[in-house]
Amino acid sequence: MSETPAEQPGAAPPPPDSEPPETFAARLSARYRIGGIVAPLITTVVAFLAGGIVVGATGHNPLSTYRAIFNGTGLNWLFPWVSGADRVDAAINLQQTLIQTTPLILTGLAVAFAFRCGMFNIGGQGQYLVGAYVAIFVGSSWAHLAGPAHVFLAVALAALAGAVWGGIAGFLKATTGAHEVISTIMLNWVAIWVGDYFFGLSGPFQGPDQFNPISNTVADSAKLPVFWGDPELQGLHVGIFIALGALVVFWVILNRTTIGYEVRAVGFNPSAAEYGGISVKKNYFRAMAISGMFAGCAGAMDILGWEFNLSTPAIHASSIGFIGVAVALLGRNTAIGTFLGALLFGALYVGTSTRQLDATVFDPQLASNLTLIIQGLVVLFVGADLLIIGIWQWRKRVRLRTRQPAG
Amino acid sequence: MAASPVLELRGITKQFPGVLANDHIDLDLKRGEVHALLGENGAGKSTLMNILYGLYRPDEGEISVNGKPVTFSSAKDAIAQGIGMVHQHFMLIPVMTVAENIVLGAEPTGAGIMLDYGAARERVREIARTFGFQVDPDARVENITVGQQQRVEILKALYRRADILILDEPTAVLTPQEATELFGILRSLKAEGMSVIFISHKLNEVLDIADRISVLRRGKKIDTVPRAGVTEEGLARMMVGRDVLLRVEKPPASVGDPLLEIHDLHVLDDRDIAKVRGVSLQVRAGEILGIAGVDGNGQTELVEAVTGLRTSSSGTIAVAGKTMPRHAHSRAMLDAGTGHIPEDRQRRGLVLEFSLAENIALHDYCYPPDSEHGWLFPRRLIQHARRLIKDFDVRGGGPTTRAGALSGGNQQKVVVAREVDRNPKVLVAAQPTRGLDVGAIEYVHRRLVTERDEGRAILLVSLELEEILSLSDRILVMFEGQIVGEYPPTATEEELGLAMIGAGKEHAA
Repeated sequence: MSETPAEQPGAAPPPPDSEPPETFAARLSARYRIGGIVAPLITTVVAFLAGGIVVGATGHNPLSTYRAIFNGTGLNWLFPWVSGADRVDAAINLQQTLIQTTPLILTGLAVAFAFRCGMFNIGGQGQYLVGAYVAIFVGSSWAHLAGPAHVFLAVALAALAGAVWGGIAGFLKATTGAHEVISTIMLNWVAIWVGDYFFGLSGPFQGPDQFNPISNTVADSAKLPVFWGDPELQGLHVGIFIALGALVVFWVILNRTTIGYEVRAVGFNPSAAEYGGISVKKNYFRAMAISGMFAGCAGAMDILGWEFNLSTPAIHASSIGFIGVAVALLGRNTAIGTFLGALLFGALYVGTSTRQLDATVFDPQLASNLTLIIQGLVVLFVGADLLIIGIWQWRKRVRLRTRQPAG
Repeated sequence: MAASPVLELRGITKQFPGVLANDHIDLDLKRGEVHALLGENGAGKSTLMNILYGLYRPDEGEISVNGKPVTFSSAKDAIAQGIGMVHQHFMLIPVMTVAENIVLGAEPTGAGIMLDYGAARERVREIARTFGFQVDPDARVENITVGQQQRVEILKALYRRADILILDEPTAVLTPQEATELFGILRSLKAEGMSVIFISHKLNEVLDIADRISVLRRGKKIDTVPRAGVTEEGLARMMVGRDVLLRVEKPPASVGDPLLEIHDLHVLDDRDIAKVRGVSLQVRAGEILGIAGVDGNGQTELVEAVTGLRTSSSGTIAVAGKTMPRHAHSRAMLDAGTGHIPEDRQRRGLVLEFSLAENIALHDYCYPPDSEHGWLFPRRLIQHARRLIKDFDVRGGGPTTRAGALSGGNQQKVVVAREVDRNPKVLVAAQPTRGLDVGAIEYVHRRLVTERDEGRAILLVSLELEEILSLSDRILVMFEGQIVGEYPPTATEEELGLAMIGAGKEHAA
């Protein structure tokens, strides 16, 4: 081991006794710190450049395609010079983008929170789904409740269901040491097939339509009110405020409560946390439950905000929980980063959808593939960016060891 | 002793980003001398030796061997010039025999490419005989002691015809007896005309073995002095740059009631092997009880059981007269009044990613004033940290600095500050000065004595006999999970050393 030069006044502090941090979360955070805010920005730009090459390969102009995608997201609504019919279109598009952003914020938080406790929650999808099931059940059956109470109960119980689903994985990790990646993946499948059974043909919760595997529809009293746009045309519901509130809750829990202190201590160094008097096992359970709560809440937002019912093909096709992993990774597991990541993926989804993308610029048949390609590229580059930072650090270490004199 | 230098370093300078690790260092090595390189952690000793061994290139300066200027671009070049290095962490392959390890990379070949094992063994025997080594060439490295492994490393260098040997902190891993044996070997190497550079930060052993001593401080060479006429105090002053109190000054203990009582404690390790086997002891208010022992004789498990980090399999622990439940978690032990300076501050004692303020709150974050009803008050954490940083003279950062950005000595000050400031009745200090330099050691030692005089019961566990002898009011020796003797602080290192390997006369414990 080389001696680490220390205690040089004014000098940049070199890593003292540079042992690698113990947990994945600690290593990741060390890399994040080096990459700063620049790395995720570069990641995104590079992903779009690579996407542009794909667009170019299909014989389209990448610049005009991206411009059309951007207009499809409705984000041009923010520009004051967009007016008239364009502005009306932009508003409708932006409402769609924010409707997609809402659950992505919440599933992103579900991944980020577990991450801060040193765990990788791949189970956002399952937690999202059980939240959605409970939201449908409460929303469609307790119609005698007054509006606000109905909505509140549906959201709260959906969040609780997600918490239970996440908590199972946390409980298993705390008591038997079962790795959360494995157990959450399996719980995803349990959630998917339970839904398939519930709402499938002649399932116990199949809706009135005997010939289609679709659930009951939630009552009007349980629907989240639309505050922007036409409720009949899928305007923007108030769920976006719940999601924004969840971002604040996430930040406050982590930084201003003893629960958050424990979560972060366990995430960085479980041995030191235990030494500090913190029960590591309790925190594994609690952090997974809180994570699941965010994801379960996401399920309620979609059901009570705009979907209102759920079909079994939709259950199988849904990937909101998985995109949450990319959102959290791109957002560095922070509140503000998760918001920006969710907005990016929500906008991408809407901007490239066949409905929003200008068909004269890009063939509608190709458009939905383009969504997946760009999403895939962003996810790929998020992973690669950690890899690149890792390689960069490694090279720096090697160079320190064997640095050649100049010239 | 021939006077012509076999090795000369002139004006060696090495700059790392932000740090001048070596600043125009001159050094010469005579034939047949042991030249000690003394300095605190971070003084630039290892950097200099890595330059000499071809692992780093100097930015400036030149090296000459036997009067000829040389440049090294890799360790291979250094070896070719007769320089051998024994690292602190051995580079041996455990499943191979001693002889195989020694010839590895320069194997005598018989017919074609096959290893001529017989020739290898013969050659190893021959070298061992020349220098008076006791090794079995056919033993597997995994089956021999650390001291013997070190000899294999030295033999490896000799096999490659080294006549300049660099030893990097060679005694750090050895028991006192093994260290004495090493010094015997070094003397016989010297008699055969070998030259040795001996890197250390321990004053007593440098005075024991060296012919000349060069002291480095903050990348500069302070002086080179002959062994004759220097004292420990003088060397310490050169190393640290100020007067250092080496002997801990300690008034006689005024002992009170027993605050920590352990009765017939048994503890298993992670692999369910009994590591503590029936330990009973008492630590009273106002005394330091030292536990000496070779690493791995159950000290770690004992400390973990006392601090609630490991559940004992039987026996009782009482803190301040209150018997703790067997499954008491670390939180219960903390609340009962124990403080703990853990043996590994980076793994246990600190969350390196946390700020100093968050680290200082590690035990009491859940109590007022740090938090109320689950709400944390970061500003109060920072205020608290600011006070401790000032009182305990922590340098290198403020309350919001990441703990990982501090030097080892200052990290340890943060740990000590936190534990002492909680005002514990019982303070468990496990290797509290591991990896610290002279100045920081002095600080921690003085602090432990102050805490003793405040009326705390202090359980000191250390692998450093000198530390045990200078701090303890009573000494227990632990061997294979049991207390094998109690000694007064006037005991000699030899007495304790024998007891530590299970060969001591049985003392009434």
